[in-house]
Amino acid sequence: MKLESKVPEGNIAEKWTNHKFKMKLVNPANKRKYDLIVVGTGLAGASAAATLGELGYQVKVFTYHDSSRRAHSIAAQGGINAAKNYQNDGDSVFRLFYDTVKGGDFRSREANVYRLAEVSNNIIDQCVAQGVPFAREYGGLLANRSFGGAQVSRTFYARGETGQQLLLGAYSSLNRQIKNGNVKVYHRREMLDLVIVNGRAQGIIVRNLLTGELERYSAQAVILATGGYSNVYFLSTNAMNSNATAAWRAHKRGAFFANPSFTQIHPTCLPVHGEAQSKLVLMSESLRNDGRIWVPKKAGDNRPPNEIPEDERDYYLERKYPAFGNLVPRDVASRNAKYVCDEGRGVNGERAVYLDFSDAIKRVGKKVIEEKYGNLFDMYQNITGENPYEVPMKIYPAPHYTMGGLWVDYNLMSNIPGLFVLGEANFSDHGANRLGASALMQGLADGYFVIPYTIGNYLASEKPEKVDTERSEFNDAEQNVKDIIAKLLSVNGKQTVDEIHKRLGHILMDKVGMSRSEKGLKEAINQIRELREEFWNDVKVVGTGEELNQTLERAGRVADFLELGELMAVDALNRNESCGAHFREEYQTEDGEALRNDEEYAYVAAWEFKKVSEWELHKEDLKFEYVKLATRSYK
Amino acid sequence: MGWLTTSLNRSIGKKFVMALTGSLLMLFLIIHLIGNLTLYGGREAFNGYVETLEVVKPVVRVIEVILALIFIYHIFNGVRLWWENKKAKPDKYAINANKEITTFSSRTTIVTGSIIFIFLVLHLSTFWYQFNISGHPETGSFEFYDIVTYWFNQPVYSIVYIIAVLLLGFHLNHGFQSAFQTFGWNKKRYFPTIKLIGTIYALIISLGFASIPIYFLLTGGK
Amino acid sequence: MSGEHLNITLKIWRQNSPNDNGQFEEFKVSISPDASILEMLDELNNNLEREGKRPVAFESDCREGICGTCGIVINGHPHGPLPKTATCQLHMRNFKDGDVIYLEPFRAAAFPIIRDLIVDRSAFDKIQQAGGYISFNTGGAPDANTIPIGKDVAAEALDAAECIGCGACVAACKNSSAMLFVGAKVSQYALLPQGQPERYKRVQTMVAAMDEAGFGSCTNTYACEAECPKGISIMNIARMNRDFIKSKIVEQEVDI
Repeated sequence: MKLESKVPEGNIAEKWTNHKFKMKLVNPANKRKYDLIVVGTGLAGASAAATLGELGYQVKVFTYHDSSRRAHSIAAQGGINAAKNYQNDGDSVFRLFYDTVKGGDFRSREANVYRLAEVSNNIIDQCVAQGVPFAREYGGLLANRSFGGAQVSRTFYARGETGQQLLLGAYSSLNRQIKNGNVKVYHRREMLDLVIVNGRAQGIIVRNLLTGELERYSAQAVILATGGYSNVYFLSTNAMNSNATAAWRAHKRGAFFANPSFTQIHPTCLPVHGEAQSKLVLMSESLRNDGRIWVPKKAGDNRPPNEIPEDERDYYLERKYPAFGNLVPRDVASRNAKYVCDEGRGVNGERAVYLDFSDAIKRVGKKVIEEKYGNLFDMYQNITGENPYEVPMKIYPAPHYTMGGLWVDYNLMSNIPGLFVLGEANFSDHGANRLGASALMQGLADGYFVIPYTIGNYLASEKPEKVDTERSEFNDAEQNVKDIIAKLLSVNGKQTVDEIHKRLGHILMDKVGMSRSEKGLKEAINQIRELREEFWNDVKVVGTGEELNQTLERAGRVADFLELGELMAVDALNRNESCGAHFREEYQTEDGEALRNDEEYAYVAAWEFKKVSEWELHKEDLKFEYVKLATRSYK
Repeated sequence: MGWLTTSLNRSIGKKFVMALTGSLLMLFLIIHLIGNLTLYGGREAFNGYVETLEVVKPVVRVIEVILALIFIYHIFNGVRLWWENKKAKPDKYAINANKEITTFSSRTTIVTGSIIFIFLVLHLSTFWYQFNISGHPETGSFEFYDIVTYWFNQPVYSIVYIIAVLLLGFHLNHGFQSAFQTFGWNKKRYFPTIKLIGTIYALIISLGFASIPIYFLLTGGK
Repeated sequence: MSGEHLNITLKIWRQNSPNDNGQFEEFKVSISPDASILEMLDELNNNLEREGKRPVAFESDCREGICGTCGIVINGHPHGPLPKTATCQLHMRNFKDGDVIYLEPFRAAAFPIIRDLIVDRSAFDKIQQAGGYISFNTGGAPDANTIPIGKDVAAEALDAAECIGCGACVAACKNSSAMLFVGAKVSQYALLPQGQPERYKRVQTMVAAMDEAGFGSCTNTYACEAECPKGISIMNIARMNRDFIKSKIVEQEVDI
């Protein structure tokens, strides 16, 4: 099967405009005859459902949360990029496009990224009109801050709660449509299978999480906006419930999974404190502006930090990257933290490095540091019980975002007709590495400004006939779900779901994390297979399927993670190069920097599921016509 | 009139009614206290004050009826709110931590209010009834100062009176600032000042009223 | 990060379904002071699962204090005794060895208990659906800098908009009043120029929905503000009251 990206012809600046004109439309009176399913109520899902409702489609939106306001987009802190150029500092749509393609280390689709930059400005207008209280200047105009990977100030923000405010904005639009009757929301429902009728995605099977009942819903198209899969690592900055199940079950029904190994590990998170730890907390990247990162020079040096003299400390980032120092990009900072900890030089031999503010406090005074980072320091102290003004912070990288996801074309449709994928759940815009403040932008771009057009184009050639949920395809899908649940409940082994999930996380973090090697990846594949065997023979899931059963919910998700984890390793093993967040030890320069191979690997690796442990690779070649291929350097 | 009943039966409508009637009652209490303080001026002063009121009897009657209606609505609405609020919170926590974060006054309005109501009945059946209808309980005369002396020289009656007006103080301490909040006349900047004025007001009213039976008990009122 | 394990006695509310009678069940746990209270429950649940027993049902998601999913009444305090801290951010080092901790669900008639520590807060969504938005369709917005908004006005609106919708205000209130939650949303839009066209209609529809959901009335005890994990101010309730009264008396609006 050939992957068609369906990128329109013409100059990159005109592609989207031309495409919008050429696409077919559904006339207003007919829109209400179409049913659409949206799964997920994060930025992408909520904005899509609201906008499609406004257009007049009949939308059913599903979430496993108790309210659509709880999706994990809400936890995004930093901000959202847009090429407004309000600061008069030389920003433009092209520059945002350029930065994003380069930041993604040339593994994204140019046309998609350009469109993202193009609609970024509409997003800010939209959100302001919704009443999102963005930060303002004294004169009343919008304020901006700068973020990593850009030389202009283009990030809009609302304190450290930008994601919350944007999501609540989308949630408010969604609520308006619910009141108007165009959108119906189904809470506490988890999508467990995709139903394909005559080769088209036309329904889903969900489990009612309160009663355990399986329910069938049909539509003319299904939109997945179900987020990323960082929780495959067990410990990540994602929410406890974030999972890959909806996307993975769609994958098993035929949707290709693209670039699964592209996972971003954020360098400044709180380290693991012990086995009880359930998740990792992100500390804003801005801390690296003033903090100095170091570890003891000698392994096994367990003295308290203030007793380690200056000449026995290794400021390893400053030493290796004199030009950028502590401000190297996320992947470089993360990888080096791993290396020093692998050498046994982590704090007390554990997986943590120091982020030290004592020099900055000496230089500018405690008051200035407090003004800049006070809330972060308080948060650190609340969680760790240590005062970062006196004792250096301890940090360690944590899985944070997944650039990989279901493959989609320019219209955000997967290779299954009628199955659209938005936001972090798709693979499209960030290549091998995502820049800060771009995730919010993509989620809202997809939902507010892309899908409303492209889905019309698809539906215009679909008849608005109700799909009968008594069809055999629905029976089969429901039976499939029933079988999985029954199997999970019948194992009755000795290990809890969390125990196995933690072990999977250890394997992935160690071998399919910040630094990968052929040997390690092969080991990982074997270990994951063994662990999966163990899971299906020794997991213990208490309770029944006909009730609220949180253990069963987790078990289903971990079962899918155990397959996805393997594909991540397979993809990483296939990609014999280093790019962005994907660092293969065999492919590095003499200085230890990532060595891309544009000749052979300038493609999207889209994996087709054949059976468990067996995939077929499809390649979508990437062409770079507007941004010249170049190598990053931070020396 | 549909809009009015609908509005007054909304949660905020009911709060508004409490605040409005409460505010009018607070105003009345000031006037009542000023009148009562004439007792410190002795027989002549007090009787003179009451007789002045007698001159404008029809006006006083009208005001009394309005006051009664306000009282009744305040009480009816308060009890209704209490009952509905109780239904909204059917179960209690094993540990009541509310004590640590709220004031005694604010938690106990229904209790203080109920006791004040019982006292009000007693108060009306003695002073109001005897001033207006039956006269002195022993002599039947309408010598107002004597009626006051008769009651305040009875320690039990005086103590009940003192307790009631002290509880009234707590009720007012909450009610005063609460009214501002309910009317929406509230800003972070001056909320502490409103609270302070409320407490001063409550102290003046309760201590002002309480001082009179104490004065009579100590001096016999002669 | 170190320290001896703490020995804690937990009294956890167990209730199988909405109509069952619940009761406290006692558990003894030994836990690192670095763990959060929810991580302690994770560990307890893993132990229960190993023994084949039904784990304690509780909800949480982001564990960063922003999604509003978690919410346990801890020793009588919604989200525990620390001010401006959500349940998920409460660490065991705030307790002492030998402590007895009562864990209960949010209690309110409008929040029926689903199981153990999980309650149904869908009433909050219904209130938001009644008017918690600005009515306009995607795509029609003017340039974002067309309407200047003062820095302090935007900040005050954000103070209100920070509400995480957890329901602690209702849980803390002796009347189960939702006025802090509703007042926060009403205030956010009442402060901003974008919210003006629907300002008085909004306050009426949202208050009506709040009343219909079975929440009690505010009696100004301010327990809500004290327990709110985001420190939402009761001045938002004052603003809502003001707008509601004004909408009924001054403004020409549909009476709801």
